[in-house]
Formats: sequence, C-alpha cells, structure tokens
Amino acid sequence: MPFSLLKYGLNKDYPFEQHADLPKPTVLKSHYDVVIIGGGGHGVATAYYLAKYHGINNVAILEKSYLGGGNTARNTAVIRSNYLTSEGVKFYSESVKLFKELSNEFDFNIMYSQRGQLTLAHTDAAVRGFRQRAEVNKHFGGKTELIDPQQIRELVPTLNMNPADMPVLAGLWHMDGATARHDAVAWGYAKGATQRGVELHQLTEVTDVIVEQGKVTGVKTNRGNVSCGCVVQAVAGHSSLLAAKAGFKMPITTFPLQAMVTQPVKPFLDPLVSSPSLHCYVQQTGRGELVFGGGSDPYPLYSTRSTMDLKESLLANAVELFPFMANMRLMRQWAGLTDITSDYSPIMGLSPVDNYYLDAGWGTWGFKSTPICGKSMAEMVASGGKVPELIKPFSMDRFNSFRQVNEMGATAASH
Amino acid sequence: MKMMNCPLNGLRNISEFVHGGEVKEMPDPNSCSDKEWADYVFFSDNAISVVTEWWLHAPSGYWFIAERHTGSDEILKTYDPSVLFSERVEFSAPATEVKA
Ligand SMILES: Cc1cc2nc3c(=O)[nH]c(=O)nc-3n(C[C@H](O)[C@H](O)[C@H](O)COP(=O)(O)OP(=O)(O)OC[C@H]3O[C@@H](n4cnc5c(N)ncnc54)[C@H](O)[C@@H]3O)c2cc1C
Repeated sequence: MPFSLLKYGLNKDYPFEQHADLPKPTVLKSHYDVVIIGGGGHGVATAYYLAKYHGINNVAILEKSYLGGGNTARNTAVIRSNYLTSEGVKFYSESVKLFKELSNEFDFNIMYSQRGQLTLAHTDAAVRGFRQRAEVNKHFGGKTELIDPQQIRELVPTLNMNPADMPVLAGLWHMDGATARHDAVAWGYAKGATQRGVELHQLTEVTDVIVEQGKVTGVKTNRGNVSCGCVVQAVAGHSSLLAAKAGFKMPITTFPLQAMVTQPVKPFLDPLVSSPSLHCYVQQTGRGELVFGGGSDPYPLYSTRSTMDLKESLLANAVELFPFMANMRLMRQWAGLTDITSDYSPIMGLSPVDNYYLDAGWGTWGFKSTPICGKSMAEMVASGGKVPELIKPFSMDRFNSFRQVNEMGATAASH
Repeated sequence: MKMMNCPLNGLRNISEFVHGGEVKEMPDPNSCSDKEWADYVFFSDNAISVVTEWWLHAPSGYWFIAERHTGSDEILKTYDPSVLFSERVEFSAPATEVKA
C-alpha cells in the first residue's frame, strides 16, 4: 500500500480519472428536447426522473458554476414535513418518503439520518399553532405530536428550559425530522441522470432566453446558442433574473441566508432543535459539529457575504438555548441566495411563456423537497405541460387570484 | 456594523432600520383589475441594480427613501419622501355638513 500511495503521490495525473462518477464534459449540441437551467439538486433531480421514469434523455443541464454549488451545497439539510397547510404537508410528506428510499434507489449512501425535529413554543399562540400542525400532520400520515416540558427534558437534557427568560411551554415533536448529506443528493441524481444519457454542462451560463410568439425556442449561453423543445428554470436565488430574460416578473425577493458551524465535540444532541421565537435552530452533525441557522438577512441583497451582526444575534440566542456552548469555536460560516415568496411556499408549474416551466421560490426551505419536486417537474415536462395534482396549489398564478398557501409560521426559523 | 444615513437622524446603525420594499406607483384600488393589484402587491423586478426603496428608521418612526445597489449593498443616497410627493394632494369631494 505505501508504495502505491507513493506512486500516486509522484504521479502528475489524477490517478482515479477512469473511475470518475460523472462523464467528461462533451461539446454543447445545438438542440436538446429539454434544457434545464441550474445544476442544483432540483435541476439534476428533474433530469434524473425524466431519464429514468419517462425515457426522455435528450436533456442538457446548464450550470453556470459547478454541480450543486448553489444553495444545494449551502443548506443545513433539514428534512421535515410538519408544515401547516394541507397542500404543504401533503407535498412535503411525499418528499420525506422518497428521501427515505433514496440511498437504495441510487445505490449510493446519502447518509439519511432520521433523528426527529423538536420545535419549541414559548408563547400560548405558538402552542395553539403547534396543536394544529400536529393534527394536520397526523392526518396525512406524519408522525408529529405536541409534547410537554417533562418530555422535552428527557429528549434533550442539555436544553435550557428558560432561554432568554422565555420559558419553554411545549414542543412540536416531529419524529420524521431528518438530515441527509446534501452534496451526496446532488451527486446521486447527477450520476443517475448522466448514466442514462443526460448531459451536465458546468461552467455554462444561460445569458438570454429566446422567446418567439410567446413560446420559448432556445437559450443563449456563454458557449453558444441552444434550441430546445422546452425549458425548466431551477436557479433558486437567481429566479427573478432569469424570468426577466424570458420577459416576465416573479413574486420573489432574493435575501441572503447565513449559517455557521462549530468545531466538533462528542455527540450529545440527537434531535434537531429549533426555536421560532428565538429565530434559531441547532443540530449536531454526524461528525460532531454544531450547525446553527436562523432567519434570512433583514433586507434583500444579491451577495453571499457573511456579517458580524447576524453572528452576534444568532449565537446570542443559540447560547441561551445551550449555555455551555458559549466557549465553543466557530469553524466555518457561509451564505446562500434565497428566493423568498410572500407566503413562504414554492412556485412550481407554468409561466407566462409557453413551454417554459418554473421550479422556484424555494427560499430557505427547498432542500427537503428536492426528490418530490424533481419527480413532479419531470411528470409535467413529460406530459407536455400537464400540471400534476400535487403541485397545482403552488402555481405562480395563485398570487393573481390571491390564493396563497401560507407557510410563514411553519417556516420562519426552521427551514 | 453597517451604517445608513437617515435624512432625519444622520448616520445610524443599519439594525435601527427596517426595509420597506421597492418604491412603485400604486394603482387606484377602486378601479384597477385584480391582476394590476396583485402585480403591485406581490410581483417585483428583484434585479441586481440601483433600486429606489422605502426604509423606516424604527426608533423615530420616520419613513424615507434610499437608493441602494442590490449587488454591492452600497447606499448611494437617502432622502425625505417629500422629494417624490412634492405635489399637493387636492381633495375633490366638497366638505359637507355632518348632521347628528
Ligand atoms: C444557509 C442555508 C440553509 C438552508 N437550510 C435548508 C434546510 O435546512 N432545509 C431545506 O429544505 N432547505 C434549506 N435551504 C434552502 C435550500 O438550500 C434551497 O431551497 C435548495 O437547495 C434549492 O435547490 P435548487 O437546486 O433549486 O437551487 P441551487 O442549488 O441554488 O441551484 C441553482 C443553480 O442555478 C445556477 N444558475 C443560476 N443562474 C444561472 C444561469 N443564468 N445559467 C446557468 N446556471 C445558473 C446556480 O449556479 C446554481 O448552481 C437553505 C438555504 C441556505 C442558503
């Protein structure tokens, strides 16, 4: 072994090239049946389901940077379905089901880890809201209960039950709550899609959308023009910018969302813990690091810079929840650009341009929906634009008819 | 901390301010269509450019206008909204006597 290692060490070429998971980049063809803009989890999942379940593989994924380098690489990987509306719960529950099977489906470990999510109520209003969420969730087959302070103490003995002088009154215990390795999800889908003939073009930026007589016919890229039968736009924080190129506006505002992680410590925290009142959630990764996240930045911006203000306000509250964390050191911090809608629900479906489909408005909550969104988008593309029942409530048109799907309370600081 | 120049209070910490959204012309709610109203309330350009926005200095309850670049976060100017609304609002309905 040491000899072969030495050989590799002295070798100028990367020795594992022949085992690479993704095929080498090819030339960009002049036509594809389907062009997917955005090589994040959502884009590659859509391509995967198109190729695997609908036999459509003349598909190009155009990614301006690298595979899964957008919000897919930046999220804190919370997977849950304890939302408020029946439309939301039904949709996210399907995703949780798909996630549980994903490692088997890929034959590749996405490190799905179901440890339950505990959300804390510090006010009577929150307790009432939780009761409703527990019932809606159970109705659609989820495992969610309202639990009392004694049960919370047993679940998380290290939790301060009186953080910031706001006593914990009850908890929403969502046993289906989980995390997964976000990069592995993108890789698994990309590998499965490219093995079936889909082309992934990284460093390929869509610079314009070609629309003729109200119908999309192609896109312009930094590597030339491509004509296509239809387009799926899955670019998260850049949604409004792409839509502007296609000639319409979206009900979206782009805000930075920051997160951070500490040095690793011994395992002590099983469930994901979140407090909407304190705008803070905490979880321990398999490596022992603590991940902290909270709400988006207070005003819109297209920048992934990190700020001291957010660290101060977020960590002050995290330390209220777990006072002994005060001495821990931060290792990394980062931000992503999130596409927030006013009702905190996504936008999936048709757009004002024919054959131009939307997968947007995922804000701070879209990692968990990657499988079901990809599956639904693929179904829609394969049927030539017939919107599947499950995603009908999430059309962009709901804003024109004032039929929002309000998930603000169930999203706030939990993602 | 980032600072913002409030036209009323001078340079203050950004945490004292609340973002109020893009300045847009409001359609007449009595005569516009639902689509026009939805467009005004929900839809926006959300572009990377200099944007004219409403901001509130929360401690003093003072609303003003800022021109800010949404890519660099540079605040180019801030000014009192009277600059936009300098025209006098005329009430067309004649004052009538209220009978008890
Ligand atoms: C800090 C943080 C924490 C989060 N935590 C959670 C969480 O715990 N749970 C959860 O469910 N969600 C969470 N989210 C949200 C989640 O990350 C996103 O909703 C989800 O990853 C969106 O996936 P996507 O594939 O649509 O977007 P992305 O992964 O962002 O992919 C979009 C891609 O489009 C590319 N692109 C943009 N413009 C162009 C162009 N013109 N041409 C070509 N390509 C282009 C980008 O480079 C990017 O790679 C979090 C987000 C952040 C930032």
